[in-house]
Amino acid sequence: MARSTISSLFGSSPVKPLQTHMASVQECIAELVPFFEAVIQEDWKKARTQQKKIARLEGQADKLKRELRMHLPKSLFMPVSRRDLLEVLTMQDKIANKAKDIAGLIIGRKIVLPEALHDAFMEYVGRCIEASAQAQTAINELDELMETGFGGKELSLLESMIKKLDAIESETDKIQVKIRSAVFAKEKEMDPVEVMFLYKVIDWVGDLADLAQRVGSRFELMLAR
Amino acid sequence: MTLEFGITFIALACAFGFFMAWGVGANDVANAMGTSVGSKAVTIKQAIIIAAIFEFAGAYLAGGQVTSTIRKGMLDANLLAGQPELLIFGMLASLLAAGIWLLIASRAGWPVSTTHSIVGAIVGFAAVGIGIDAVQWGKVGKIAMSWIISPAMAGIIGYWLFVSVQRLILNTDEPLQNARRYVPFYIFLVGFVIALVTMFKGLKHIGLEFSTLQNYTIALVIGFLSMVIGIIAIRRLRFDPAADRDFHFTNVEKIFSVLMIFTACAMAFAHGSNDVANAVGPLAAVVSIVENNGAVAQKSALPVWILLLGGTGIIIGLITYGHKVIATVGTGITQLTPSRGFAATLAAAVTVVIASGTGLPISTTHTLVGGILGVGLARGMDALNMNVVRAIFLSWIVTLPAGAVLSILFFYTLKGIFT
Repeated sequence: MARSTISSLFGSSPVKPLQTHMASVQECIAELVPFFEAVIQEDWKKARTQQKKIARLEGQADKLKRELRMHLPKSLFMPVSRRDLLEVLTMQDKIANKAKDIAGLIIGRKIVLPEALHDAFMEYVGRCIEASAQAQTAINELDELMETGFGGKELSLLESMIKKLDAIESETDKIQVKIRSAVFAKEKEMDPVEVMFLYKVIDWVGDLADLAQRVGSRFELMLAR
Repeated sequence: MTLEFGITFIALACAFGFFMAWGVGANDVANAMGTSVGSKAVTIKQAIIIAAIFEFAGAYLAGGQVTSTIRKGMLDANLLAGQPELLIFGMLASLLAAGIWLLIASRAGWPVSTTHSIVGAIVGFAAVGIGIDAVQWGKVGKIAMSWIISPAMAGIIGYWLFVSVQRLILNTDEPLQNARRYVPFYIFLVGFVIALVTMFKGLKHIGLEFSTLQNYTIALVIGFLSMVIGIIAIRRLRFDPAADRDFHFTNVEKIFSVLMIFTACAMAFAHGSNDVANAVGPLAAVVSIVENNGAVAQKSALPVWILLLGGTGIIIGLITYGHKVIATVGTGITQLTPSRGFAATLAAAVTVVIASGTGLPISTTHTLVGGILGVGLARGMDALNMNVVRAIFLSWIVTLPAGAVLSILFFYTLKGIFT
């Protein structure tokens, strides 16, 4: 039967797909914790299975991203700009990509973390994942924001969430400085190539929090009109 | 002169008119009720019951003005005085043309309107079959204008209704309390406005005549009655705090569902009041000519049985086929919540009832699209597909000539058969 005018007027909502994508991203990067635990114990077999899991979850997030992009036709009239929405999506996806890169790099070079760094590093990874979790909390408010028409209490609630996200991110920066100086103190004793890549891993883990923060700020930008 | 085929003409007009009313009930009602079913405020079964009662009431109580316009408002009777059979052929041809065009268009999925088809058909046969001067172009122009104004007006009303809902209820610290407080007033508004417009345009044809003060009083009483029923319904709601954990507005939307039931009634009423005319307007014209023995009387009153026939046709269409369409349309709209559905539907219902009172035949569906877009402008809708708007513009351009050409064709065919 032919579709009715009224029912064809409603496009499919991008809210749930965006949230599902972020959930899948979060699931992916949460696997970094058992991954790094295995790396610290130099249990490469377990690290390998974790890395594969991360890659698989990243692929799943990718698939969700493509689906949302395809289901967002051009002539859609939305309360938020289509471009902003797609940029939030891209940012979210970059978090999962970064997690996959980190795991891939460490596995590929069997990078060993110096023992003095173990505790600080686990805290560092944990905080970065927390930043992303906070970004997810904000994204999960999108349906409530849509409901209220982006105003009032919901908007101020969101602002406080973004503020908290910023705070977590700057905390990860501080931990990063600490870890970097610890590596610097030991770098003379270590293999130069190892050190180079260790710095890279530190950078990339920090990028997770940076990207999470950018998801938050993109999201805020999307809502402001 | 006497009309030798008088009874045949009336029988034909009744059959065509009834078929057209059946089509309105089978297809159009689904669009009018779609937002109510889609927002899950009413079940499909409830929607069908509401539609059956209020479509009929709308057709019977408030369908007279638009029927008059279709029957005699668009043509110049003086030019037809000597040849009443031409008007009969024309009206029969118009019904056939509009019916067939709607069949083609709904098969193809175009958003065409019953109203546009019938108006195009009547203007077509009159301009070509009788003469350019036979058409009251001023009146036809006004009708065409109303097709642009009605969606725009529904859009503006929908926008402000939703903005008021945001300010009073959704964007406050206590949305649930405020919903309990303000939703009854919206319910009052639904009952009051619909009743007032209907009363003002007169219930003379069922033997009721009131003064202005009485009109206001009765409208107020109906508004208050609706409000009381609404308050009782809201009191009886069971709120589940756990449901709000995932989505904080689940319970608030429950209150809006109560409001939406009233809005659904108003929409069905509005739809009945405007769209019954498309089916029975031409029939009324034929009947009045035959009964007046060929005189093209402009003054004769509209027989009530014609409105009853139209209303019955709509209900039969609804019961035999329309319920399936309502189910399809309703389940296709999953994104609509009662707070939005109510704003869009009420905006459309008010606009349509005002148009019905003024005697302007407009498209209920297009008006509802206007209402939905208005709510969308207030950032109320997740995503709207704007291709539909383009399709509506195209359907405006295509439907008028299509209806006209078909009715000219049938006009000459009928003329050939009977003379």
